[in-house]
Amino acid sequence: MSPPLLGVEEEVQSSVSSPSVECISENGMGLKERNYLGLSDCSSVDSSGVSSNLNLATELRLGLPGSQSPERETEFCLLNLGKLDEKPLFPLLPSKDGICSSSQKNVVTGNKRGFSDTMDGFSEVKGYVYTEKSWMFHEAGSDSESPQSVGHGKYPGNSGVNVILSTRSPGVQASVKQDEPANVLQEQPRATNGTSLKQTVISNNTTGAPAAKAQVVGWPPIRPFRTKTLAASSKNNDEVDGKPGPGAVFVKVSMDGAPYLRKVDLRTYSTYQELSSALEKMFSCFTLGQCGSHGTAGKEILSESRLKDLLHGSEYVVTYKDKDGDWMLVGDVPWEMFIETCKRLKIMKSSDAIGLAPRAVEKSKANNKKEFGYGC
Amino acid sequence: MNYFPDEVLEHVFDFITSHKDRNSVSLVCKSWYKIERYSRQRVFIGNCYSISPERLIARFPGLKSLTLKGKPHFADFNLVPHDWGGFVYPWIEALAKSRIGLEELRLKRMVVSDESLELLSKSFVNFKSLVLVSCEGFTTDGLAAIAANCRFLRELDLQENEVDDHRGHWLSCFPESCTSLISLNFACLRGEVNLGALERLVSRSPNLKSLRLNRAVPLDTLQKLLMRAPQLVDLGIGSYVHDPFSEAYNKLKIAIQRCKSIRSLSGFLEVAPHCMSAIYPICGNLTFLNLSYAPGLHGNKLMKLIQHCRKLQRLWILDCIGDKGLGVVALTCKELQELRVFPSDPFEAGNAAVTEEGLVLVSAGCPKLNSLLYFCQQMTNAALITVAKNCPNFIRFRLCILDPIKPDPVTNQPLDEGFGAIVQSCKGLKRLSLSGLLTDQVFLYIGMYAEQLEMLSIAFAADSDKGMLYVLNGCKKLRKLEIRDCPFGDAALLEDVGKYETMRSLWMSSCEVTLGGCKAVAEKMPSLNVEIIDESEQMEFNLDDKQKVDKMYLYRTLVGHRKDAPEYVWIL
Repeated sequence: MSPPLLGVEEEVQSSVSSPSVECISENGMGLKERNYLGLSDCSSVDSSGVSSNLNLATELRLGLPGSQSPERETEFCLLNLGKLDEKPLFPLLPSKDGICSSSQKNVVTGNKRGFSDTMDGFSEVKGYVYTEKSWMFHEAGSDSESPQSVGHGKYPGNSGVNVILSTRSPGVQASVKQDEPANVLQEQPRATNGTSLKQTVISNNTTGAPAAKAQVVGWPPIRPFRTKTLAASSKNNDEVDGKPGPGAVFVKVSMDGAPYLRKVDLRTYSTYQELSSALEKMFSCFTLGQCGSHGTAGKEILSESRLKDLLHGSEYVVTYKDKDGDWMLVGDVPWEMFIETCKRLKIMKSSDAIGLAPRAVEKSKANNKKEFGYGC
Repeated sequence: MNYFPDEVLEHVFDFITSHKDRNSVSLVCKSWYKIERYSRQRVFIGNCYSISPERLIARFPGLKSLTLKGKPHFADFNLVPHDWGGFVYPWIEALAKSRIGLEELRLKRMVVSDESLELLSKSFVNFKSLVLVSCEGFTTDGLAAIAANCRFLRELDLQENEVDDHRGHWLSCFPESCTSLISLNFACLRGEVNLGALERLVSRSPNLKSLRLNRAVPLDTLQKLLMRAPQLVDLGIGSYVHDPFSEAYNKLKIAIQRCKSIRSLSGFLEVAPHCMSAIYPICGNLTFLNLSYAPGLHGNKLMKLIQHCRKLQRLWILDCIGDKGLGVVALTCKELQELRVFPSDPFEAGNAAVTEEGLVLVSAGCPKLNSLLYFCQQMTNAALITVAKNCPNFIRFRLCILDPIKPDPVTNQPLDEGFGAIVQSCKGLKRLSLSGLLTDQVFLYIGMYAEQLEMLSIAFAADSDKGMLYVLNGCKKLRKLEIRDCPFGDAALLEDVGKYETMRSLWMSSCEVTLGGCKAVAEKMPSLNVEIIDESEQMEFNLDDKQKVDKMYLYRTLVGHRKDAPEYVWIL
């Protein structure tokens, strides 16, 4: 899943607590606002890539000591950028998992959203935020909750957490740059007396489901030369081969009328329904005008074989481009086969989808629905 | 032995080649010390700050080959600031001024400037071999100087260096008279190379045995090079992208088949998987295969390739091979001794495609396995125990679970027992890197069983000082200890400061040691340099002894404080 990009570009070795200190969510104190890290505050926010809107989605979130992570239920909407008082944009770990036990060790993630809980008396603990791999995760049904780290003992605090805030431009690994730390350091909020970190975080160790992304300085221990070279190779090979390793199947998702594309990892879903919910969440804001109340219709359990049914009431259908380059309607073939052959997804207007799925047209005609489209 | 003339002893010493043995020989008596030092040609210095070039030159006037290592190992992972040190210039300068007839220089993690390369190239008439590993600070201009001036150059081996590439002309700087090349490795260069010059160079190098190309060398040039150098033993392919139906590809197939001596294959920095069948003819002879820079190669194509490699002894691969692919390795590569599995997507912890299963499969199928570097999604105690039983011969065992404090996902327990089994079973273990959720217990095991352990890397582990104490007390042969993010403090650090003199170095970052503790070590042990690396400038303002130290690097030395430390390094 190619996430929206984080603000700070370089890897930061910070002997102060992470920048999030400044923009901490203060739910534990009764406030409902969510001030996403670095949104407007950190001038180091760099919207590399598509749109700075996307940064919001992956800002690092750390909470104050004693606070618990807030519930996140509301839908993610890319366009709700400036509205900080909107509900959180995408689902994260439920708050119960935000509770940090004293014995847990944690790892910081800069790139993905995360949340942290802090514990009183944990000033010794190093703050590392484990974040979920992606917000889609939640939808996909494979919960990443149940932090498993039976942790041991204190995690020594020291002169601070090492935070990596890195962007992930497509095809580029979070590469380390060594000439930036000073800069970012200055822009970041001061240390809490420079020694201990006041935040602790849950370490989100999951088994099967895609685990959280650890972004600690120097971890995993790989030479930057290697990551840079691999990134460059991957870029080239994507053009050659068109498909990354079996671990992930990323395909671009475009939608008519949307200003930018998204990418999804098909392997994170196991059914068409999961995919469609995810897509709907991703793009619902673009069709707010049309979807209206129908937006929630997609959450109902519907037949798996017809993805279009999930966009019940909207004018959109989901199509994909297969290995041969043909545009097909999503939902016809078994899921596993679909993953193997799908190269790209496109959400198009039903009116453009004429000819793709004659059966659909017949069906709607047969059902005597309103004009073209998969009627409600 | 006193009755033998010096020449005889010298002759006897000629047969003693290992550095350790020669060092031991020199300690026997004054006479042996003298004979040994005059006959010594190869010197290895594991920490360039432990000795000065002047003393080196004074002791070994016959020096021909020098190996130097600079920055501490964790510099590889960006834990050491850029200009911390490790400059080679003073060494080259001192050697140049002396009468040393240097022929070989091997550097690792050092800062090498163009100036040093130029000085090197002009100062030693018989200079033959330059090997740079993970170095930085030079450009292709420096390489041009080496090419132009070293008339008898045999080896130019650049491994994973950060080189500022000024594009291509350096290859043309090898004079027409240069015909002595045996090994040329420029795979790490990112820029264009003069392909014509490359072809001519290879043509006039009949002794060329090792050739590793960079990404900029396309398939058709590769084919031409192979036609001219069928005697190659080690080949690194740059770009391997072509239309399988093209003439160039056919020619390549023929060229490859002529290369019956190739035993080592690497590169594939760009690869079109459907062209791999051309390689099959040489796979059967390969003993080393490095595909760790070829993410484009995976799935069935990769497995098919591996299935041809029955004699493989060393395999470096990306984790997109998957557990299933490792199963194929286990079935095919019965001679396998070394396996390295790198992550293709290191920062996406969820995507690592190998787990404990792959490792268990390999351990079961490859009983000769003795060296491992394994980046994986997860590990279980049961798997480690099985691996320990299957492969008791491990010399190097480095496990990196991408989530650094992940417990055994099946039992939710720390991985103490698993690693404990490894150290108990592998009596010859010399190098160990730990990861996953670990308590003090694992260190108890290490202290108890890892008698031959020389290098230990610890991250995000342990509960208390006891962990470090178990190791320091137990591992008698420990030379390098590097620790990050563990709760070890002054009590552990100060328990036995004399121990550090028996070791090359100790690195501790993000632990609990304080400035006061470090000062105490420095005071008690004048033969150690205790360096505090602190970039945040806190040290300037707050010299409180209770202040925790972010990074400490201490090492034994014969020459006291170094003079080239940057501002943010305090040597106590």
